[in-house]
Amino acid sequence: MHAFLAPYIEPYLGAYLTTLIVVGIQALLIVVPVLIFMAYLTYAERKVLGAMQRRVGPNVVGPFGLFQPFADAIKMLTKETVIPAGASKFLFILAPMLTFSLAVIGWAVIPVNDGWSIANINVGVLYLFAVSSLGVYGVIIAGWASNSKYAFLGALRSAAQMVSYEVSMGFIIVTVLLCVGSLNLNDVVLAQKHIWFCIPLFPLMVIYFISVLAETNRSPFDIPEGESEIVAGFFVEYSSMSFALFFLGEYTNMILMSGLTTILFLGGWLPPFGIEPFTWIPGPIWFIAKICFVLFFFLWTRATFPRYRYDQLMRLGWKVFLPFSLVYLVLVAGVLMVMGWLPHVV
Amino acid sequence: MAFLDRTARSLLLSELVSGMWLTLSYMFKPKATLNYPYEKGPISPRFKGEHALRRYPNGEERCIACKLCEAVCPAQAITIEAEPRDDGSRRTSRYDIDMTKCIYCGLCEEACPVDAIVEGPNFEFSTETREELMYNKDKLLSNGDRWEPELARRLELDAPYR
Repeated sequence: MHAFLAPYIEPYLGAYLTTLIVVGIQALLIVVPVLIFMAYLTYAERKVLGAMQRRVGPNVVGPFGLFQPFADAIKMLTKETVIPAGASKFLFILAPMLTFSLAVIGWAVIPVNDGWSIANINVGVLYLFAVSSLGVYGVIIAGWASNSKYAFLGALRSAAQMVSYEVSMGFIIVTVLLCVGSLNLNDVVLAQKHIWFCIPLFPLMVIYFISVLAETNRSPFDIPEGESEIVAGFFVEYSSMSFALFFLGEYTNMILMSGLTTILFLGGWLPPFGIEPFTWIPGPIWFIAKICFVLFFFLWTRATFPRYRYDQLMRLGWKVFLPFSLVYLVLVAGVLMVMGWLPHVV
Repeated sequence: MAFLDRTARSLLLSELVSGMWLTLSYMFKPKATLNYPYEKGPISPRFKGEHALRRYPNGEERCIACKLCEAVCPAQAITIEAEPRDDGSRRTSRYDIDMTKCIYCGLCEEACPVDAIVEGPNFEFSTETREELMYNKDKLLSNGDRWEPELARRLELDAPYR
């Protein structure tokens, strides 16, 4: 992109502005499709949940209800933003923005095709891990600033949950990185040229996916929201656009995490088997298709399982996933050592 | 052996997988949804919906102002005033039903000796203001004119059980 645009605008604007413009365009090129994707994810969720409960889901607004997300958006935008009297105003407004922007900036390092990422940095995995960990701040700030008992309980639950699951997620990512030999997301995908990691590391992928469910506060780990216990958890007090930002953040985060799962285990933009009819389809389409596949699992689990109890969630995180991923990490490291399959450091 | 069996089952997530398989199979089953404003469910002849005052085939109103319905109404939603008409017959000068009070018990139609006040099959009479739900005699009579074929059929079907 830079090489393509630079000759035309660099002589007039200088190197710094040129880079700024190019990055701006790239950011728009990734954020706008992500937001549209997110809008239709809410639609897909309602359709899939409906189908699994033998309902039809939204079908009135536009053909097959396809304009439903826009109707929702207009509704959200035209509602009144209520700021509770006891709330800390600055933090109350900051929290949804933080949640949403953190969900979006993660996309900076996601490679959609070979080398197609805004920032092809060497610590892409660490960056993503850091950004997703920061997400908990939005939740805690929202819960604290609302000055409401439900919001506060939701925030506490969410903090404990996100922290617990990050540990085993970290071990799983380390296992994948052992097989790759690089923290660069582009290299992670290229390392799966011969075999996707979902085959040798299948149990890890399952655990990773379950941890992602907990990390993004999705059902059956949606106890920070817990409609039936604490109303809506950390965002009870939010309305209109500030609520919508939390909603956007949650769904964007879901897509981001599906993207990461795709990159780590499902071979990113690579076509399956790398054989003829599949290789005709360009990489980004494979990438999006795989994200959709993972997202379907998000919706599918939501339709299937009831919410976990809080102590069960903690038990699963610390007493099942953590030892399992730790043992698997040692096992994988041992196998790589013994068989001499360690990747050469780039 | 039982221990091994249990461990294997929980490690292979057999229960989770079978649960997910069930929801997936439900996804392809026919939908149970009734597409409401466009299709509607069947209604029993005893359905108690919007009220109507009926007329005889010659156009004479049935109600003789006996006030049994007013007396029996447990919600006291009916108000009737009566006076002799010019031709000397006893008729209502006022017949009001407060639809916001009515509990749709159907006692008024049970009480009516001439099948004048009936509850019809119509349940879609929501309004935008509360005042519109204070039905007067004109409204009830026009309901009767509008729904008469169905009201008559309803009474006929339910007659054997009365």
